[in-house]
Order: sequence, then structure tokens, then C-alpha cells
Amino acid sequence: MVVAVLPPLVLGVLFLAAWQTWIIVSDVQPYVIPRPTDILASFIDDFDLVWRASLVTGMNALVGLVLGSVFGFVVAVLTNRFRFVSEVVNPLAITIAAIPAVVIVGVLNNMYALDSQIPRRIMVTISVFFVVFVQVAKGLRQNDATQMELMRSYAATPFDTLKKVRLPNTMPFFFTGVRTAAPLALIIALVSEYFGGTQNGLGSKISGTLNSSNKALGFAYVLGGALVGLLFFAGSNLLEYLVVPWRRRARSK
Amino acid sequence: METPMTSPSQPAVVVTGLNKIFNHGQPNQVDALVDIDLEVQPGEFISLIGPSGCGKSTLLRLVADLLEPTSGAVTINGKSAHQARVDQDYGMAFQQSGLFEWRSVERNIELPLELKGWDKAKRRERAKEMLELVKLPEFAQHMPWQLSGGMQQRVAIARALASHPKLLLMDEPFGALDEMTREHMQAELLRICAAAGTTVIFVTHSIPEAVYLADRVVVMSPRPGRITEIVNVGLGRGRTELTREAGEFFARVTEVREALRGIEMADAARGIEDR
Repeated sequence: MVVAVLPPLVLGVLFLAAWQTWIIVSDVQPYVIPRPTDILASFIDDFDLVWRASLVTGMNALVGLVLGSVFGFVVAVLTNRFRFVSEVVNPLAITIAAIPAVVIVGVLNNMYALDSQIPRRIMVTISVFFVVFVQVAKGLRQNDATQMELMRSYAATPFDTLKKVRLPNTMPFFFTGVRTAAPLALIIALVSEYFGGTQNGLGSKISGTLNSSNKALGFAYVLGGALVGLLFFAGSNLLEYLVVPWRRRARSK
Repeated sequence: METPMTSPSQPAVVVTGLNKIFNHGQPNQVDALVDIDLEVQPGEFISLIGPSGCGKSTLLRLVADLLEPTSGAVTINGKSAHQARVDQDYGMAFQQSGLFEWRSVERNIELPLELKGWDKAKRRERAKEMLELVKLPEFAQHMPWQLSGGMQQRVAIARALASHPKLLLMDEPFGALDEMTREHMQAELLRICAAAGTTVIFVTHSIPEAVYLADRVVVMSPRPGRITEIVNVGLGRGRTELTREAGEFFARVTEVREALRGIEMADAARGIEDR
């Protein structure tokens, strides 16, 4: 455990030390690039500000991540189960996926009240939906031939086969989707703040403060975003660990 | 509900005029099985052996109603193969154990019973009984990946036998095991099936395995798949490790080997003619 944690930790500390040294030695002005120690100080001093902004963006990302994952999962199961659903959904899904995300936010912002977080959440939901949908659809198609023959020999109904074989088989794929989508959700939530609406989230704060002279606070917001991202990553990993215990073996090897 | 006629003399499996053609009428048409007739008596152990592509696995799947015949019929204890499958009248085991990795050993064994609608207490009791039978009682709560390949295969057999089927269909179940484990499993299988009076159809690539296990070895040949010879083993019941060293055992092994070699030579001769 210590052996696994130590190398990246050492590398990270070395990187920060090099950054700090470079700024001191080259006499870089704090309004160009702040020192890591200043960023940390700013993060602690203005924790309240960072916390509130993180909460707004984090909540947008989380709501979108949960909704997108649920929709992605349910729609993938339906398309797998009913051919006509897949005939309707697949072309539609590809078309929507091809539309640049930012355009959708712009349109949604016009549809909702100025202080609404809903457009951002919808945007995250859509982005997450595709990632999870694609993974679950893939998982549902990959079944062990022996297990399927066994279920047929038991004269199992399609519903039983879905419930007892296809869905458990798909769970690792689902969580691969969620893990991939978790950082994406945060990035989309952040970026979608650039296109108007209430300026109280991490995205707006970062773009606002980084253009001002208080670069240390800007970087403190970035640090806040990174910590939320880490939390998402850890959360989705923990969820997978709890829901798909049979995968622990494969990971531990 | 169909009530089959049951009489002591009724065969366990009857295969009549069975044909299976894949991709019928297309350029890649394969005559997998041609005019197969076979009758298996209750409690009998049949080995199906032959080179790759002789259709032995296809034949097993037709008996199991996992495939539809092109023509001909399969009857299991007087029922159609389809009805037998719906009634879960047979158990099945494959080369891959096919254990469900998210289920514990006992819940794997319970799965066919679950699908039959048995209540939990009854399922648990039967799983326990089956684990005793395959000598793994202390592994009920284990997960499949915690078991060795041989143990996984034993669980698969326990699962195949969980509903006490009269017929067991096996497709190279010991193919992936090492030789020692394999011989041990063969002896175990004979013991289990003899105790329950189970009829077995067993597909294998191994000549000694086919002879050691079977009352009759059905030798098949490819292109098109057909039965070329049926060897009566006649080593009796109660076979032990000593059976593997008996002269009669080697005589039967030789007989099966020569039947298989006949197929090879016929193939080679055809090859020469083709040129």
C-alpha cells in the first residue's frame, strides 16, 4: 500500500517544490503565476468562497451524473430488450451526440430563467447519458456463451435471463461508464457556466478570478474543482466496489 | 401437461432419422449430421467420440433442444426434446463451468431450482445435498473464483444434477482439466451417476476417457457427420483405477482407436480421389 502511494506522492511534492523554486529564482510576479504556497494560503483563507462555488458546480455535476447514468442504463436495457426501441433510439442518439454541447447550453439558457441551474444539469445529463448508454449496450451484448446455453437449457424466460444473467454481467460495464463519465460530468458542469446564467459556480469563478490580479484565488478555485473531481472518481469506484463485489478479484490480480 | 408413457423398457433417449444442415441451400452449407439413429437405455452411459467437425456436440445440442433438427426427431423418456427442455428433464455441463461469478457456490447450484419455482428452504437443502455428493460441503459460501478449475467443474456437475434429472448431457466437461484431476473427476462422475441411476451422454476427444466412462462408445466421423461404429465396452460397473490398467480396457481403447483411424484413412483416400 505504502509502496503504491509513495512514488506519485514524491513526484507531486517534487513538482510543487520545482514550481515554487522556479517562481522565487526567476522572480515571476504573483499576478502572472502564483506560488503553490500562496494558492494553499488562499484556499485556506477563502475556503468559504471555494466551498460555496464547489457546491454549486459539484451539485450540477452530481445531478447530471446520476440522471444521465440512470437514463443511459434504462434506455440501453430497453433497446436491448425491444428491437423497435433501438431502431428509434440509436439514430436519434447518434444525431444528438453529434451536436456540439455548447450549442445546447446556449439554447437551454434562453429557455430557462436566468438564475436557473437546470440548463447546466441537462447538459451534464446528456453528456453522461451517452457514455453510460454505450457501455451498458456493449455489456448487454457480451454474454458468456456457456451461461446463455445453460439458461436456454433451463427454459428460462427472456426476462429471467435478463434479470439473472444479462444485468449482472453488465454491471462492470455500467460502472466503467460511470467512472468515465464522472470527471466528464464535472468538466461539462464547469464549462457550461461559461455560457451565461448565474455566476456562482467554479467555472464562472475560475474564469473571473484568473482574469483578475488575484491569481492565487483563481488557482484555489481550480484546486477546489480538482478535489471535487477526485471525490467523484473515488465515489464511483467505491460504488462499484460495493455493487460489483465479484470484480474485486479481477482488479486485485 | 403431457403425461409420458413410462414403462421399464422404455429407452431414455431415442434419436431417429436425425439430420442437421447449417446454412441450408447456401454456398457455405454444412451437413453437420446425416441420418443419425441412436437409442440410449435408462442408466446407460454413452460416450460420443470423433474428430473435430464430426457433429458430436451438435448431436448433444439437438438432444438438449438447444438446436432445432433439420429433419428427424429426438425423444427423451417418451417426450419431445422440446418438452423435456421445458420440463428441465435433463441436466447439462460444458467444457467451461459456466458458473455465474456473482453467485456463491450454493446459489449457483440453486439457480435451476429457482427457475423451477422451488422455495428457498427447499433449494438450500438440495444445494447442500448436492455439495455433499460432489464432496465440497465446506465451499457453499465461496465464490466461484475462489475455487480451482476442478472444483468449479464439480460445482457445475452438482448444478446439472440439482433437480435430480434422469438424463445428464455433458460436452467435454473435463477437457480443460489436468490429467490427474481429470481421472479423479471421471471416477467421481461414475460413482455419482451409478448412485442416482442417471443416464449420461458424454462428448469427449479422449479415447481412454470415452472407454473408461462408457457402456457404449459411439464413434462418429465428419463431412458429413454420421455414426460409423458403436463399440460395446463391457467392462461392467464398479470400475476403479485398476480398470485403467486392465488388459480388457486397453483392448477396447485399441478398438475405438482403430475405428477412428478407419475414419482418417477413409478421409485420406477420399483426399487422393479428389486430386
